Amino acid sequence: MAEHEAEQEHVLADGVWAALSRRGISRRDFLKFCTVMTSALALPMRYTPRIVRALEQAQRPALVWLEFQDCAGNSESALRASHPTFADIVLDLLSWNYHETVMAPSGTAAEKSLHDTITAEQGKYLAVVEGSIPLAYGGVYCTIGGRTAIDIVKEVCGNAYATIAVGTCAAFGGIPAAAGGVTGAVGVGDAVPGLKLINLSACPMNGANLAATIVHWLTFKELPATDELNRPLFAHGDRIHDHCPRRAHYDAGQFVEEWGDEGHQLGWCLYKMGCKGPATNYNCPQIQWNDGTNWPIGVGHGCVGCAQPQFWDAMSPFYRTLPSVPGFGVETTAEEVGLGVAATVAALTAAHAVGSAVRQRRAAKSQAAASNTATPPVTGTSQALSATASDAVPVTAGSASAQTNTEAKPADTPDEQRHDTQEEGAQP
Amino acid sequence: MRIAIDPITRIEGHLRIEVEVQDGRVTDAWSSGTMFRGIEMILRHRDPRDAWVFAQRICGVCTTVHALASVRAVENALGITIPDNARLVRDLIAGAQLVQDHVVHFYHLHALDWVDVTLALKADPGATATLAQSISLWPKSSKTYFKGVQDRLQAFVNTGQLGIFANGYWGHPAYVLPPEVNLLGVAHYLEALDWQRDFIRIHAILGGKNPHPQSYLVGGMATALNPNNEATVNADRLSLLAQLLQRGQDFVAQVYLPDVLAIASFYKDWSALGSGLGNYMAYGDYPSDNKNRPDTFFFPGGLILSQNLTAVQAVDQHQVSEYVTHSWYNYAAGDATGLHPWQGETAPKFTGPQPPYDFLLVDGKYSWLKAPRYAGHAVEVGPLARMLLAYAQDDAAVQSVVNSALSQLKVGPAALFSTLGRVAARAIEAQVMVQQLPTWLGQLEDNMARGDLRIHDNTYWDPSTWPKEAFGFGFHEAPRGSLGHWVHIKDGEIANYQAVVPSTWNAGPRDAAGQRGAYESALIGTPVANPEQPVEILRTVHSFDPCLACAVHVVDPRGREYANIRVV
Repeated sequence: MAEHEAEQEHVLADGVWAALSRRGISRRDFLKFCTVMTSALALPMRYTPRIVRALEQAQRPALVWLEFQDCAGNSESALRASHPTFADIVLDLLSWNYHETVMAPSGTAAEKSLHDTITAEQGKYLAVVEGSIPLAYGGVYCTIGGRTAIDIVKEVCGNAYATIAVGTCAAFGGIPAAAGGVTGAVGVGDAVPGLKLINLSACPMNGANLAATIVHWLTFKELPATDELNRPLFAHGDRIHDHCPRRAHYDAGQFVEEWGDEGHQLGWCLYKMGCKGPATNYNCPQIQWNDGTNWPIGVGHGCVGCAQPQFWDAMSPFYRTLPSVPGFGVETTAEEVGLGVAATVAALTAAHAVGSAVRQRRAAKSQAAASNTATPPVTGTSQALSATASDAVPVTAGSASAQTNTEAKPADTPDEQRHDTQEEGAQP
Repeated sequence: MRIAIDPITRIEGHLRIEVEVQDGRVTDAWSSGTMFRGIEMILRHRDPRDAWVFAQRICGVCTTVHALASVRAVENALGITIPDNARLVRDLIAGAQLVQDHVVHFYHLHALDWVDVTLALKADPGATATLAQSISLWPKSSKTYFKGVQDRLQAFVNTGQLGIFANGYWGHPAYVLPPEVNLLGVAHYLEALDWQRDFIRIHAILGGKNPHPQSYLVGGMATALNPNNEATVNADRLSLLAQLLQRGQDFVAQVYLPDVLAIASFYKDWSALGSGLGNYMAYGDYPSDNKNRPDTFFFPGGLILSQNLTAVQAVDQHQVSEYVTHSWYNYAAGDATGLHPWQGETAPKFTGPQPPYDFLLVDGKYSWLKAPRYAGHAVEVGPLARMLLAYAQDDAAVQSVVNSALSQLKVGPAALFSTLGRVAARAIEAQVMVQQLPTWLGQLEDNMARGDLRIHDNTYWDPSTWPKEAFGFGFHEAPRGSLGHWVHIKDGEIANYQAVVPSTWNAGPRDAAGQRGAYESALIGTPVANPEQPVEILRTVHSFDPCLACAVHVVDPRGREYANIRVV
């Protein structure tokens, strides 16, 4: 026992816990943080000791954060993370080696930080990507240090242990890929097929989910289990509608009919005002935002579906009521609602695409990005369109990492159903 | 010699600066935005009521400012007057954004140009405590506290993994702060990280989340008000807002403003550097009526030319035009013309060097930013422009804080026309705004106490009530300066949408007359001790608080084809 304690002491002297304790973080706060992480990852509480042990022992792995066609909203969201905080992550949990928005050096000195990590930590570092990658016209729509985004992402993500795409732009192309865009914007998975990839979609992604993903990696030495869109199940496993605090009003038929009406002042359901919660998979209602202070439906505005691929086209107009779902009220199961909504959203997507070749290409590319890494590289329109037909991939719940999450269940999501409804043509 | 700095870090977006250096001074400069998304093109044919959700994604750092300008543009086009409560909620969100953004800019984006982190290790924590206590009442100022910060920094350095601080320009002769001031700066860098996370919960309460609050509506806000309901902004939430505002007042008055003045006192030579254009413009903002009348603005607008504070001119958005002479676009009537946003056109045409490249072709086109001009003048926008305009127009609140800061630094008003002046003006503005926010919260509380819970005007929500065609202009004095959105609505959808944003004014390239943009002009004369470590250039560029995602935009009012885009 004494020997074990001595060993434990040694580990403590070198591990993350040691760093935290030097910061004046109490043992109690540290354990509390680990418990919060267990909860955020939707793991049973019996996993808490494992997280504690892992963080006590972990050295600080390297991370680089790339920004391309972005608004830095995901960088800002990371700055808002509270368990652990950005300072905890950057100073104590990881070696945060490159991140343009916050790093000290510029120009060639900054590029040195990136280059040093790629060479010294090859195959071991995490690459985070924020923003979409423009492929049109040789990539001239985004250059850094005179190099194109696609050139950089191939090198940096190609040499990483894994890539985390933060935000819907990096995951699925996002707003630059919406109808009307001309830059050929795609998500990371589409830009560099075959990467070990986690998509933390949403606009922006919630910083708490990034923190949870990093802690999962430090704890289990692998990435969390994912759905067929490479999104972690702990964050995207359930529909917003299923956990919405206003769900009881939906079931009771109590709806906001006009902005600012009595129902609005009483916190009733926003479905009729265009809320996309029934068609969106995200843990927004559970973890909420800004240290659990609130969330969009909580303030009185509908969900816009920002965690879903192509939401800029598929979910807009944002104030249009999702087409009637079968059987309002307590008799309806969430699955029935979801099924109806998913079919309708798919129909909307198709309708929105009519008459716009650009839009069809975008949808095809996004669909290709949405399918998992087994999808062949998308290099041209015809291939992209054929990829659309093949996107009904089996739900594998990610890679081998699925085994680590014993509570993980296959995604029963509108997306999956949408894919099914959109499937046409034969598998290649 | 030519130096290219790319990426410029600690900003939002992708900015490249090229300078010509002779005898240790910058003799010419070129500012280039190297990323393009085209959000305004994506906005065409969409529901104008959706525009703010899209436009907000122009930027996630100055998040929310484009949402505000967007709903104002559509409301202006449709003749909508919003309720009092909606105006107050918008003011609280925008004002909180301004304060939070300024603090984050100073500590996390700008301070490392002035504070040498490594020198903090050499500080005597007792001396730092003495200094801190002499300039502020902030309670975290004991020797033990600063010793703890220093120990943490030492432990971090001892790991050999310096992360975001690796390869900084540490030890550069331009860093002149004594060690104890550096330690103070490091301590408050970390404290500000925690503070910003807490303070911005104001956006979660009133907007659902941050970044990208989600409670705007054309015609008002979706922020449900009801003092007696658990699910709305209620008495409990109002109380939390008041607490957050109090913590904001404490932090700005006791940490941010004193730190800026303390650090500035060691860098007074920078009050004679980086003045640049000398022309300053603001639309003005924060009206106290619901029709956006300029005479009710909390921040007055106006135009100052050639640093002449005695001749402030009124501004009129019709005088705004944009040039593409040195931008990667073509105009149908030739690239020498300037076009007002409502008449604007854009055909992107990249004529830069094929990547990977070493230098831009600066004699031709060299940026994705256009060059906006006001009545033909290149102007600077931002906190310095606003504070100068308020000061020149006898705004008592601003004059009081400005005069106090100038007397503490023992410099005259002319010192404001500089790199250091921009840094100081930002802190002064945060102080003025954070003092004002409780007044607006009080007005909201008073309305709710009277039973006035109106938050949205539904009169023109239904598109069937709209005219067949309408034009609108929406403005906002965002943290980085004057923001304008122009919308053309036709048959219920967006026919044209344009944003001319603060960083386009400041970071834009030369125009048809060869006039430099604000960054380019301000960089002339900047000393460069070591071209490998151009920290002096970063000081002046960062003093503008660049936001490049905002700055690059394109619209296409006439449905031109884009097939002709090619790399030459």
